[in-house]
Amino acid sequence: MDWTYFFNEVVNNRDALLHGTAITFAVSLIAILTGTVLGIVIGIAVTYGNKPLRWPARLYIDIIRGTPVLVLVLATFYVSAAVGLNFNAFQAGALALTLFCASHVGEILRGALQSLSRGQIEAGRAIGLTFDGIFRYILFPQALRYALPTWITAAVEMVKASTLLSVIGVAELLLTTQQIISNNFLNMQFYLLAGVIYFLIDFAIEQVGRFIGRRLDQPTRRTV
Amino acid sequence: MNYHFNFAPILEQWPLLLSGIGLGLLLALVSIAIGSVLGLVVAFASRAPSRWLRSLAFTWISILRNLPILVIVLFLFFGMPQLGLSLDKITSFVVALSLYASAYMAEVFRGGLLSVPQGLVEAGQAIGLTSLRIKRYIVLPIMFRNALPAFGNNFISLFKDTSLAATIAVPELTFYARKINSETFRVIEVWLVASLLYIVCCYAITLVLRAMEKRLVLEKA
Amino acid sequence: MTPIVEVRDLHKRFGELEVLKGIDFTVAEGEVVSIIGASGSGKTTLLRCLNLLEEFHRGDVLIGGEAIGYHLRRGQRVRIGEREVARQRAMTGMVFQAFNLFPHMSALDNVTLGLTKVRGMPRPQAVELADHWLDRVGMLKRRDHRPSQLSGGQQQRVAIARAIAMSPKVMLFDEATSALDPERVGEVLETIRSLAQEGMTMVLVTHEMRFARDVSDKVVFMEDGRIAEQGPPQRLFLNPESPRLQAFLKTSSF
Repeated sequence: MDWTYFFNEVVNNRDALLHGTAITFAVSLIAILTGTVLGIVIGIAVTYGNKPLRWPARLYIDIIRGTPVLVLVLATFYVSAAVGLNFNAFQAGALALTLFCASHVGEILRGALQSLSRGQIEAGRAIGLTFDGIFRYILFPQALRYALPTWITAAVEMVKASTLLSVIGVAELLLTTQQIISNNFLNMQFYLLAGVIYFLIDFAIEQVGRFIGRRLDQPTRRTV
Repeated sequence: MNYHFNFAPILEQWPLLLSGIGLGLLLALVSIAIGSVLGLVVAFASRAPSRWLRSLAFTWISILRNLPILVIVLFLFFGMPQLGLSLDKITSFVVALSLYASAYMAEVFRGGLLSVPQGLVEAGQAIGLTSLRIKRYIVLPIMFRNALPAFGNNFISLFKDTSLAATIAVPELTFYARKINSETFRVIEVWLVASLLYIVCCYAITLVLRAMEKRLVLEKA
Repeated sequence: MTPIVEVRDLHKRFGELEVLKGIDFTVAEGEVVSIIGASGSGKTTLLRCLNLLEEFHRGDVLIGGEAIGYHLRRGQRVRIGEREVARQRAMTGMVFQAFNLFPHMSALDNVTLGLTKVRGMPRPQAVELADHWLDRVGMLKRRDHRPSQLSGGQQQRVAIARAIAMSPKVMLFDEATSALDPERVGEVLETIRSLAQEGMTMVLVTHEMRFARDVSDKVVFMEDGRIAEQGPPQRLFLNPESPRLQAFLKTSSF
């Protein structure tokens, strides 16, 4: 195996690889940020909403989670064009990942909120808080704390899922890798390289999640 | 919007869609079977007395969990022939999905092992069972039952991941959906039908698994 | 006659902490011995050394004259192999505070598991023996129930049947009624009492002072990893010698 050739090719293509990695970061970040905002709304709706709010939210979560992300990506890409939305591949892909992320976050938040005891709501009522107050000061901060480690794991899922955008032609890291391979035929080496880069990104996110999880497990204030 | 729905061109292809689902389910089943066996070995290794074995297990889990499955699929199918290991696309995909599954199943089984109370192991010791028999008659049966819900979730995830086989032209549901998409241009209908079929399958799997859980999962004594 | 249980100069550490500091006592055939003492005095650890659920660091435990757990090789104490340990454990029957019934098996299978897999008994014979003992503890009618379908007292009676069906030389009870609801304690004590009356050799770690006084031939009072006083129940409960035991009995309810 000619590793010098491989290393030369890496150097020659370093700009493309960096660009691809940047796109991967960008699309993952967009999906995580907008998906989280949307997901929080959905999570609250599905946990505390009245029927006309709860049902669409539940349906949304179940539909998105029941569909493979690849199908979601392809559907968003083709359907958005068919209905006249002029999304480019990047926009369609970011939208698909956002929808996916929102259903994830909604479900995580629901789990976290439901794990809190009803007694807390009652205790909040007993001191005269409205539901808004109870949610804002008691439930949400706790749920956030509880859900944070899982949320960070969801970020790993987003980075992994962003590879699927290569199928609709978004030149993120994987598609860039494939383009490089089509010129030099170094399949094994360049897929390995892509694997290493993805692993490093995901591993780093995972470690951050573990670290925060450990910090949250410890009591924040010590009694003297 | 002036779009006239016409499902006929898609529904005409129902034998293809059905065979696509069948292949997807089969791929998921084979992969979770192999992945479970591997995962069980990894789970035991992760609790082995040997430090070397333990870190090997954790490295295995960490690497496979942090790689995108599509990269594993492409690496095995396009990269391995360079090392002289050419597998046909279905075998190659099953290997990829099994490896991926093994990391997740190892986590499931690890959790299951931790959920077996030490007191039951001691009860087994007290009646004179050797550690191998304690594993076989006490730890494993209880672990499998406790692991069942997580096992089910993983199976559904794997079934959805079989859609990636379309990228290496394995003729499962997503592959046919793309094919019908480009042949008929009934874009909205084809993706609606494909999503719906996946959702229905996932739901059906959930129902089957819930019924199994009801029978097998142990209530707290 | 050799005693069924003989403990000589038993020492046990958990890391730096010495929890047994030289224990000597014997249990003769048919004798019922109760070990009492405050929590943390080492009673449960002592009991768990008798069936090797705990390792010990010095001294000997002999069951039916056989030293268990260790043998000497060139003057060194060496832990015996796993199969030997398993065989020796089966010489004693253990009843746990938390019952520890196997949750995935029926009451009957809980009892037959050891008979078929350890004693190598054919299944029909094992079932017959298991039925006999389940009947003896009043649980035959519920032999096909899972532990989760039984009350705590019923589970503990099945656990007693599971241990005694193995025909151990001695039965060990580790606070067998401590995890039970108060109204369930009686049925389990009654079962233990009737086994005692039939001549079963027993060692009980218990907080039930009245029961210890009524069924025991000998009571052992432990204090800080040592035996502070031992003797017949009448003497220990009515005329305790050590101030420690006097204080302990004052705080215990009868």
